[in-house]
Amino acid sequence: MAERVALEGKLPVGAINTRASGWWAMIFTVFTEASLFAYLLFSYYYLAVQPHLPGTFPQGGQPDLKLALPNTIILIASSVAVGWAQFGIEHGSKQRLALGLGIGTVLGLLFLVIQYFEWAEKPFTLASSPYSSLYFVITGFHMAHVVVGVAMLAALTWWSSRGYFNRVRYAHIHIGALYWHFVDVVWIAVFFTFYLTPLLGLRA
Amino acid sequence: MRAFQAAILSTAFLSRRAQAAPLQYLTGAGAKAAPVVFLTWGVLIISIAVIAIIGLLLAGAIWRRPGETWTPGARTALKGHESGLNWLWIGVSISTLVLLFSIVWTVKVLAGIQAPSQKPAVTLEITARQWWWQVRYLSDDDARQFVTANEIHIPVGAPVRLKLVGGDVIHSFWVPQLAGKMDAIPGQTNETWIEASAPGTYRGQCTEYCGVQHSHMGFLVVAQPAGDFQRWWDHQLASPAMPAGHAQLGQADFQMHCGNCHTVRGTEAAGALGPDLSHLMQRATIAAGEMPNNGPVLAHWVADPQSIKPGSMMPAPSLSETELADIHAYLKTLD
Amino acid sequence: MASISDYERSPSVGQPNTELAEKLKTLWETEPGLTGWLGTVDHKEIGLRYIVTAFAFLVIGGIEALIFRLQLAWSNVKLLTPEQYDQLFTMHGMTMIFLYASPILSGFSNYLWPLLLGSRDMALPRLNALSYWIYLCAGLFLYSSFLVGFGPNVGWFNYVPLAARAYNNGPNIDVYSLGMILLGISTTVGAINFIVTFLRLRCPGMSVNRVPILIWGTLTASAANIFAIPSVSLAFFLLWMDRNLGTHFFDTMAGGSALLWQHLFWMFGHPWVYAIVLPAMGMVSDGLPVFCRRPLVGYTAVAAATVATMILGFGVWVHHMFATGLPNISLSFFSAASIIITVPSAVGVFAWLATIWTGRPVFTTPFLFFASFILLFTIGGVSGFMTGSVPVDWQLTDTYFVVAHLHYVLIGINVFPVAGAVYFWFPKFTGKLMDERLGRWNFWTMFIGFNLGFFPMHIAGLLGMPRRIYTYSDSMGWDWLNLITTAGSFLFGFGVLLLIYNVVKSKRHGPTAPHNPWDAPTLEWAVSSPPPPYNFAVIPVVASRHPLWEDRLDQSEDDRSHIETGLVLDHGKEALGTTTLDAEPNVILKMPRDTLVPLYLALSMTFVTAGLALVNWWVVAIGMALTACSILAWLWPEARLGETAVPATGKGPHG
Repeated sequence: MAERVALEGKLPVGAINTRASGWWAMIFTVFTEASLFAYLLFSYYYLAVQPHLPGTFPQGGQPDLKLALPNTIILIASSVAVGWAQFGIEHGSKQRLALGLGIGTVLGLLFLVIQYFEWAEKPFTLASSPYSSLYFVITGFHMAHVVVGVAMLAALTWWSSRGYFNRVRYAHIHIGALYWHFVDVVWIAVFFTFYLTPLLGLRA
Repeated sequence: MRAFQAAILSTAFLSRRAQAAPLQYLTGAGAKAAPVVFLTWGVLIISIAVIAIIGLLLAGAIWRRPGETWTPGARTALKGHESGLNWLWIGVSISTLVLLFSIVWTVKVLAGIQAPSQKPAVTLEITARQWWWQVRYLSDDDARQFVTANEIHIPVGAPVRLKLVGGDVIHSFWVPQLAGKMDAIPGQTNETWIEASAPGTYRGQCTEYCGVQHSHMGFLVVAQPAGDFQRWWDHQLASPAMPAGHAQLGQADFQMHCGNCHTVRGTEAAGALGPDLSHLMQRATIAAGEMPNNGPVLAHWVADPQSIKPGSMMPAPSLSETELADIHAYLKTLD
Repeated sequence: MASISDYERSPSVGQPNTELAEKLKTLWETEPGLTGWLGTVDHKEIGLRYIVTAFAFLVIGGIEALIFRLQLAWSNVKLLTPEQYDQLFTMHGMTMIFLYASPILSGFSNYLWPLLLGSRDMALPRLNALSYWIYLCAGLFLYSSFLVGFGPNVGWFNYVPLAARAYNNGPNIDVYSLGMILLGISTTVGAINFIVTFLRLRCPGMSVNRVPILIWGTLTASAANIFAIPSVSLAFFLLWMDRNLGTHFFDTMAGGSALLWQHLFWMFGHPWVYAIVLPAMGMVSDGLPVFCRRPLVGYTAVAAATVATMILGFGVWVHHMFATGLPNISLSFFSAASIIITVPSAVGVFAWLATIWTGRPVFTTPFLFFASFILLFTIGGVSGFMTGSVPVDWQLTDTYFVVAHLHYVLIGINVFPVAGAVYFWFPKFTGKLMDERLGRWNFWTMFIGFNLGFFPMHIAGLLGMPRRIYTYSDSMGWDWLNLITTAGSFLFGFGVLLLIYNVVKSKRHGPTAPHNPWDAPTLEWAVSSPPPPYNFAVIPVVASRHPLWEDRLDQSEDDRSHIETGLVLDHGKEALGTTTLDAEPNVILKMPRDTLVPLYLALSMTFVTAGLALVNWWVVAIGMALTACSILAWLWPEARLGETAVPATGKGPHG
């Protein structure tokens, strides 16, 4: 009887990577946040196919890529930095961890700054039209997620510099990186919707 | 089947039901209503049968053996385990067949009532407002277009196309005896059609919650033989006769106090916020189908609309007894 | 350099004894004083709070209904003004659907899941506490404007343009919108907790095909909520923006769309109505067989049907919009889907019928509720089937026929199973037995009252009575039907009060309950009534769906569940994590202590919500700062929980 119940070998104790409850919680948080963006983009596409006066959807015509495209690359780069950091701690390098997270944080901040300038340059405001409402609200929701992500990366950078994590114990990093990559993927979808679909013909 | 359908649609049965409950739809009166009435009875009978069968099976299951009494904590025998899966196979298969049949019937009826078999005799543009119905009769000839409110006349035996517009919030146009509902939504025009197979007055009601007086947003559809309908149309195009005496005083008062919201053809009263009153006396009801159109009721309505429809857009007028009486006299000339 | 060998161990196998029980009790019991009361992370306490709070809202929502049922009892009653009526019917719907129907099931699930799964607690105990506190705060917030006469007043479904600023200028809709967003956070984090618990915390041997159907029900509902809730939260947020910041999402005069609201609302709304019944159906699937003295017929079919219903439930939302002028092809598709979704429900009905037929009924109060549920489910189901057919729906929709339908499904498939669940699990929760004689009175008043109240609505609907009207003319033929409905509703309300009375009376004076008063088969009945704070002294190993019936179900002796022998996890508050499919142990999880941080976080979020309602950006900013601090405090790596390599507080995972 006792033989069936007993275990062979040892069990890890506490949060280890994908055995950490928090990691699974983040997976489903990502699902629910992804759904939120799916509904936001649904709203865009639903309003896009309604009848509009020519030139009003997108308002001001094709949105300018001169800030948005580099900004996209910056965000992708920050994801790469965070990925590199995680790779580093998986191989025991606390320095690479802190450095990579720090770079990711800075690049995330840069994304926010550039996005702010892009907002300021737009020829419309939040209340100008359905299109403008969609633009600011959807990119705004994304920005809010970036703000949370940057705060999180900053905290992770700080904790890493205090030596909290090692080759085995880095669940927080694993979970945080998952969130940050998700924010990046969402941006790709948002970028595609606002900046590329008009080029593909979805415009009034 | 045909006999059953005929029985349901027979005038006697119909008028008796319709009088008892003007908004019922277990009988109907038109080319659009008929197949739906049949389908409604069909799914209703299926549903009742299902409830009866499941109810009997449940009762049988519960009472086929003497029940066990219960003592807290006692370990009692378990029943032998026959799998019981046959119940699932049989029950779910039969259910699925019935459901598939219903889907096919539904799609057929839906396709059949999508458009009338003949070209519509008349097209109406109905703008639903809080809490009344503005009805514009369209015509290729601009001079033959006119606007009325709350009481819609249609020719018997011919389809009538309706274009529904939401004037402020979402409303829903429903005249159960003739057709199912269609919403009137701001920002879009919904097209539907109705047809009455027998002359009569059919009650309608708004069926999308639209604010405090949603309960009092009814209307009437009056189906008339073709000749009568034409005469009615011609009459609607005419301006009401010039009033005299108290009624003439009333007209002046009306123009000053009511003309900003109401229109009377051929006068300076040209407001579009409330119903067109040009031929008010021809209507059987007032306040959007809610009150009979007779002297005392009309007078009460004009003097104190908030007591009948609290929250309605028609304010209580600050008028003297004389002015109210004069206006009332004037309104009675709007035939 | 620390390595994994510092943080792993091979737990011993043992049997419960007094010493172990005492040690675990000290580790797991709620701390005394305010810290414990406000900061408990014990799923049983949180579950009971959910149940009590949900019942309070049930009573409040019921009173709202009874008041407007008086208004509707006859034609032309002048008890209420239209404004009062509109607020009452809106609050009734909102309260019942959001503040009762889901939280009550969360409450039962919260209490029962770890016990059913052979676990010490839910996977994320602090998140559990958070979900309750946000629920309470959101419920109070949602009622705040109603209590001063500015309650939401355009229906729980809140269609635009009626809900827009132009037609509704007070705080009514702002409070509704923001409160719903806050409540959505509670439901979402609760859903995440259930899903993670299911995937990670089942005891060894509890493979996915052995979990009770309640687990399937709550799991499915939780998965659906993860994907559905953002839709309605977004809808309310966009509405709040239209109303306060001048955006034009729903503004038809500026090119926005009124139907966009309906799509976003119902893409959530339809899955939601399945989420608030599937766990209750699970309770019946687990409870009814106990009183038929046999396992459920067709376990696999019922589990699959649960999942299928929920998945199909995402594909039918347009049936709430059949009259909005959609193209025929769309109508046909959604009509077919809405009719086909009946099939998995039929699986359930026949499984329950077969279980009773092939079993041997035991006439207890829970049995009465669980068995009658089958009939009510069928009635609610067929009226739904009828409305699924588009041409018929064009007559039935927005009449009392739909009101009848929705109450048969919500009261029949949520309230009746919940009442049965109260009687069934009360002995386990409290250690006392409920009064069976009073239980019969309770059942019959509820059953007769409910049918008397709501069956006539089918007829009123077929006679054309529209929804959401505050009065009607005497020439419509609806008077007597409404009078009977009002009388029945009062009787039903009295029945609900009897239930509450029986609960309170039995808690005080009921006879002591044994471990397993019903001789039921699942794990919760193996522990004491009420269970100890640590649930199981040693982690059970299960070998079937019915661990406590194995000897009588002829399960081979070598292949039985072990409840009295199992892994000993007593180096602090510990639970066992297992693999997803086969439930093999793979980690010892360190569980958190009681903490006030979830309460602080809930209050901070409520502060932000209030700031948005007042459109006061300072309040919002402060609230967000507090929120950020709470989250940081929550997530700060703790060595005690095995989250860091370097002991931040000097205590490793062993201490």
